[in-house]
Amino acid sequence: MSDIKNPVLEIRNLKIEATSYPPGESPRDITIVEGVSLTLAKGKVMGLIGESGAGKSTIGLSSMAYGRGGVRITGGEVLVNGIDILKGGAAGLRKLRGKTVTYVSQSAAASFNPARKLMDQVIETSLALGVPRSEAEARAVALFEKLGLPSPKTIGNRYPHQVSGGQLQRAMTAMALCPQPELVVFDEPTTALDVTTQIEVLAAIKEAIRDTGVAALYITHDLAVVAQVSDEIMVLRHGAMVELGTAEQIIHAPREDYSRDLVSVRQVNHAQKPAEGEAVLKINDISARYSGLKFDVLKQVTLELAAGQTLAVVGESGSGKSTLARVITGLLPPNGGSIEFGGRTLSPSLKGRSKEDLRELQMIYQMADTAMNPRQTVGAIIGRPLEFYFGLKGAAKRKRVQELLDEIEMGAGFADRYPAELSGGQKQRVCIARALAAKPKLIICDEVTSALDPLVADGILKLLLNLQKEEGVAYLFITHDLATVKAIADKIAVMYRGEVVRDGGRDTVLSPPFDDYTDLLLSSVPEMRLGWLEEVIAHRKMDAGGE
Amino acid sequence: MITTLLGHPVVRLVAHRIAMGLVLLFAASLLIFVGTQILPGDVAQSILGQSATPQSLANLRAELGLNEPAVTRYISWLVGAMHGDLGTALTNGQDIAEAMGRRLGNTLFLASCAAIIAVPMALILGLVSVRYHRRWPDKVISGVTLASVSVPEFLLGYIVMFIMAVRLHAFPSVSTVYDSMSLLERLNAIALPVIVLVMVVLGHMMRMTRAAILNVMQSAYIETAELKGLRPFRIIWRHALPNAIAPVVNVVMLNLAYLVVGVVVVEVVFVYPGMGQYLVDHVAKRDVPVVQACGLVFAAVYIGLNMIADVVSILANPRLRHPK
Repeated sequence: MSDIKNPVLEIRNLKIEATSYPPGESPRDITIVEGVSLTLAKGKVMGLIGESGAGKSTIGLSSMAYGRGGVRITGGEVLVNGIDILKGGAAGLRKLRGKTVTYVSQSAAASFNPARKLMDQVIETSLALGVPRSEAEARAVALFEKLGLPSPKTIGNRYPHQVSGGQLQRAMTAMALCPQPELVVFDEPTTALDVTTQIEVLAAIKEAIRDTGVAALYITHDLAVVAQVSDEIMVLRHGAMVELGTAEQIIHAPREDYSRDLVSVRQVNHAQKPAEGEAVLKINDISARYSGLKFDVLKQVTLELAAGQTLAVVGESGSGKSTLARVITGLLPPNGGSIEFGGRTLSPSLKGRSKEDLRELQMIYQMADTAMNPRQTVGAIIGRPLEFYFGLKGAAKRKRVQELLDEIEMGAGFADRYPAELSGGQKQRVCIARALAAKPKLIICDEVTSALDPLVADGILKLLLNLQKEEGVAYLFITHDLATVKAIADKIAVMYRGEVVRDGGRDTVLSPPFDDYTDLLLSSVPEMRLGWLEEVIAHRKMDAGGE
Repeated sequence: MITTLLGHPVVRLVAHRIAMGLVLLFAASLLIFVGTQILPGDVAQSILGQSATPQSLANLRAELGLNEPAVTRYISWLVGAMHGDLGTALTNGQDIAEAMGRRLGNTLFLASCAAIIAVPMALILGLVSVRYHRRWPDKVISGVTLASVSVPEFLLGYIVMFIMAVRLHAFPSVSTVYDSMSLLERLNAIALPVIVLVMVVLGHMMRMTRAAILNVMQSAYIETAELKGLRPFRIIWRHALPNAIAPVVNVVMLNLAYLVVGVVVVEVVFVYPGMGQYLVDHVAKRDVPVVQACGLVFAAVYIGLNMIADVVSILANPRLRHPK
């Protein structure tokens, strides 16, 4: 690897540390990254892949000698164009950052200053480099055009809140490319986007990298995505390198067990269950809107879910799937239609519902973190519904809490822990246990695996399927992730702009012939093979040309 | 053009704020009137003294209109105030609007001088504190301003007077001003109260500026700016401050209001002929129309400055200024 002549970036034996402040203990230094080395030549793209905590963003930012929070580089060398940037001091870093090396973050929406126009922010470093304003603006407009932004000449006059998330992500890429850097660090640039938007942004980024000849570090947890843009892939785990190879080798012939796990993830599968029991939930002709809006967010939605089954509601952001959950739980009374639950008609608003209605309908959220009181122990969190619905107290409550912890495969001792002491997957398990404690007939799962790493998410899905087998509980599973849908659903409803465009049994919905939107959605899911992106884009261009 | 302008959400929000301010001022006038009515004691009695005969008391009450129902008196007072007629002082028969106008002018002069120094200084010190967050400049600025805020203002006044006037003979200790004084003489006369007022309001404004900007400094777009290799002051000035305007303006306006409304003690300490002294004198003499008029002017200043803060906050928000 190190036989490349004049590499843009060379990292040697990197060591990165941070100070951790565990509750109740004295602060101590922990090692985040150790012994990582890489070499990147001009015009090449290296993918960094791994779960959260693998240190991939930290390594990416080290190429700008930047550490988030208390993170600091304590060992090794980072050479950009052969010069060790760790020894350059503050003035040297100012010349490097934003000029020689630039950065594209996961959330462009948060990374643009809301108070300033896009153009001012995109050309800021070019102006600092002494490029005349007119030339910098011309460069930016050319980049806007290359990245496929609408009305490239005028979009720079807009403020960040005036353009969509996908457009902001492109604008951020333009901002990174505008000062004509030699290396761009892409940190999960498409993770926050809808799958149909992701494919367009991904293609735009790939084209821009190719045309400008810039080198890039591409950080993501999604192997299928990184396979589309990278020449080489480095697999990371717990801050150390697991495997480094060409994209082709990592995808088709991974050497290490962990890489194989990443490649073969999404092995959860179950046979579609026939709808036998009676319907536990019937949604008839529901329409809903938020106050102040002039249009319905849900338009005459009709769905049915049998006891012990899973209905997956899938769609991109803004399709109305979370609004549907709010209507079913009574948080947003609909302006038309009715909801039948367990054979009775539910009151449209929360106030009119009985305690029994509330008990039988539980919810699990995307952010397990914010769904729990950080000052309560796991035992108190799970014990609350036991006390509230069943009046359990003292030893009986403790016994039941332990039973529930066993069910979610968490052993003794967890009851006394606080949420901050749990991992992401464990937190979500506690939320599942809390929902189960009420012995519900239906659990609404709102993007419950979206914030989790693939391997952890798989564990949660397996757990949910097992619990369904044992307890006979039905799930309404809201997600934008089609792989999850395939893994868990018995029935699927595809939503688009507040309407159900397709619904039925899983195998029927996922088999052709498709309607246009479902086809777009399914074909946008990245596949783990090289050349997939080009195929899809070429296919779409052909379709568009044919019309 | 006009209709599109009126349809703009910012115009509607600003109009709403101004309307709310007027409603609030009306409510304040009601409170002031009711408040002065339920004060114990009799105005006629206090004017004529203990030796007055019942007949002369009754005559004076009739003359002052005190026998009219409260509602009638309130309405005629309010209508008068809206026309700039605040009535006449009971104690000396002077026109209140005229007497107060001069006093108000003095108070505003003192307040503006203090504000012209304190506001930019607070902003600059706030920015410096953020730039050197948790380093020694930050600690020194925080410590000194906290100390100056914590000392009661009358004590601060006497300390400043002792050092600057008694020991150093730099400025006069009494801040009496006359119409015949030139601007320079006036400035010299009010130097000490200005110093005290600056010390009183500086700490609060500076600390809030610092807190508001530090809060913004946590944002992801500040990291973007750092990764652009910008200079620290440029990051604070161009990227953080524009997003901290609303809280900063709010605390600045609160302190400006204090400079007009809350300077009573400082004015008394330095014998400055401003609104505060005027009010204190006439409260002691139970001169209700003057107290009411002062209350109304104070309320108007307070509400007006806060209204300006609200409007600036609205205008500073790009989401409201440039809707989708």
